[in-house]
Amino acid sequence: MNAQTPTPQAESRQAEARQAETRQAKTPAGMPAITYNFAYLDEQTKRMIRRAILKAIAIPGYQVPFASREMPMPYGWGTGGVQVTAAILGPDDVLKVIDQGSDDTTNAVAIRGFFETTAGVATTTRTQDATIIQTRHRIPEGALQAGQVLVYQVPIPEPLRFLEPRETETRKLHGLADYGLMHVKLYEDIARHGHIATTYAYPVEVAGRYVMDPSPIPKFDNPKMDDSPALQLFGAGREKRIYAIPPHTKVVPLDFEDHPFRVQHFAKPCALCGAHGVYLDEVILDDRGGRMFVCSDTDYCNTRQAEGHTGEMSAPAPEAAE
Amino acid sequence: MTGDAPLLVADKLTRYYGARLGCRDVSLTLHPGEVLAIVGESGSGKSTLLGLLSTELAPSAGRVSYRMRDGEMRDLADLSEGERRLLLRTDWGFVRQHAEQGLRMAVSAGGNVGERLMAVGWRNYAGIREEAIDWLGRVEIQADRIDDDPRAFSGGMRQRLQIARNLVTRPRLVFMDEPTGGLDVSVQARLLDLIRSLVADLGLAVVIVTHDLAVARLLSHRIMVMKDGAVIEEGLTDQVLDDPREPYTQLLVSSVLAA
Repeated sequence: MNAQTPTPQAESRQAEARQAETRQAKTPAGMPAITYNFAYLDEQTKRMIRRAILKAIAIPGYQVPFASREMPMPYGWGTGGVQVTAAILGPDDVLKVIDQGSDDTTNAVAIRGFFETTAGVATTTRTQDATIIQTRHRIPEGALQAGQVLVYQVPIPEPLRFLEPRETETRKLHGLADYGLMHVKLYEDIARHGHIATTYAYPVEVAGRYVMDPSPIPKFDNPKMDDSPALQLFGAGREKRIYAIPPHTKVVPLDFEDHPFRVQHFAKPCALCGAHGVYLDEVILDDRGGRMFVCSDTDYCNTRQAEGHTGEMSAPAPEAAE
Repeated sequence: MTGDAPLLVADKLTRYYGARLGCRDVSLTLHPGEVLAIVGESGSGKSTLLGLLSTELAPSAGRVSYRMRDGEMRDLADLSEGERRLLLRTDWGFVRQHAEQGLRMAVSAGGNVGERLMAVGWRNYAGIREEAIDWLGRVEIQADRIDDDPRAFSGGMRQRLQIARNLVTRPRLVFMDEPTGGLDVSVQARLLDLIRSLVADLGLAVVIVTHDLAVARLLSHRIMVMKDGAVIEEGLTDQVLDDPREPYTQLLVSSVLAA
């Protein structure tokens, strides 16, 4: 495939897609309007996904197969999460979409725009105002409340995949709760690195039964999954799996007695809002080793800054220069 | 362990691959601490029989029973999948001819030995490691190789590692499929010494499949000679090898090259 010159078909498809959006927003005179079904998916598909979700909630941590649809975005961009969101979205819902904690990165903006266009629902960046939060690889810093739903985008739902390539066998291992292999992986980590070096997608045991991949969230976020008042749904579009953690479910990271699970710690607080005990992103400032650490959760950081919290690199503080 | 009660009883085991015969009407009884060799040429049904005994293959007819650790005799076909797997990785061992099939090649030696322990619930890293080092020592692998991949091991070391991995849960019965195949003779000799002393020390019952009569003579108490899927002669190892009755057994014995 030649990346430089798009094929005529692709070009016309793109043009069509752009037109479709404008038609939705404002139909030019004399042209037939394209109307999407609410939240893009047809009602039968939504029913099918809802059935899978209900089953997933009934069996916490169990991967329920579902007939994942083609979505107008590539696999790996959140097709699973988008389908779950589409299936549970109602007209009164308020949607927030984050990508690695941020409301304003490509993936988050695109998916938010997608549901604004196809469902016309209200969107927000404020965690506490949202009823549904679709997330890629983070859990918001602020505590979630009962009634909220967190929808994770999952690339590879099978925690045993890299230890056992056969799906037939991993299903058997789940069925028999035969999870010794998971600990072999953790053992290897300690043997090679002196500590459990898995820092994201850290495997957890859900409700004392199924071992589950929490999607590639940093292990820093693992404790937030435990006993959360919010409903947590996981959608893997390419792998065609949905799984769930119902509210107030016990979620325990796997570990060894003498090497217990620990989360990352950051030496300094957020450079913009001064928050401690939050997950920080490293931002490179120049090519001479300059860097800053800021909250990965942009809404949390903005809210704190609006409340008057400052960090060591907060912009407008007059006496902050050197 | 009472010597009288059999550990494993096979009754008229038969296995067809489609229309083709794998093995037919094989019955045997194995007692605790007993080493049984199954010999015969390629294609005689040795490996099929081993597969049937170890539940890797389902018999077309016949049955296998095993005395579980609680003393109860169970028909292996009646075990649930979970029970079968637990049996396979606690009370049984399986040493394969090709170590790559019996080991996790991308996992360190310590992880290989520790896997069974973790599978039965060990959750203490230091404890698992201590046990792994102990077992590596018993199979003459230096403790400082514990974090190396089996890929970095020689053929003989891989085979010894496989033995350690199997014995770490103190099984009572070990199946061996040509454990010395493909190794040069000096390595073979040391491995055989090791197996013999471990078998004696731990009181293991062993079913060993081999085409090497010298291996059978060195390790086994009893021997079964197979041809065309059926057992044609069986008895005490020395007796059968020194005084073979069947023409085919006589041929086998006389085919061994004198060193």
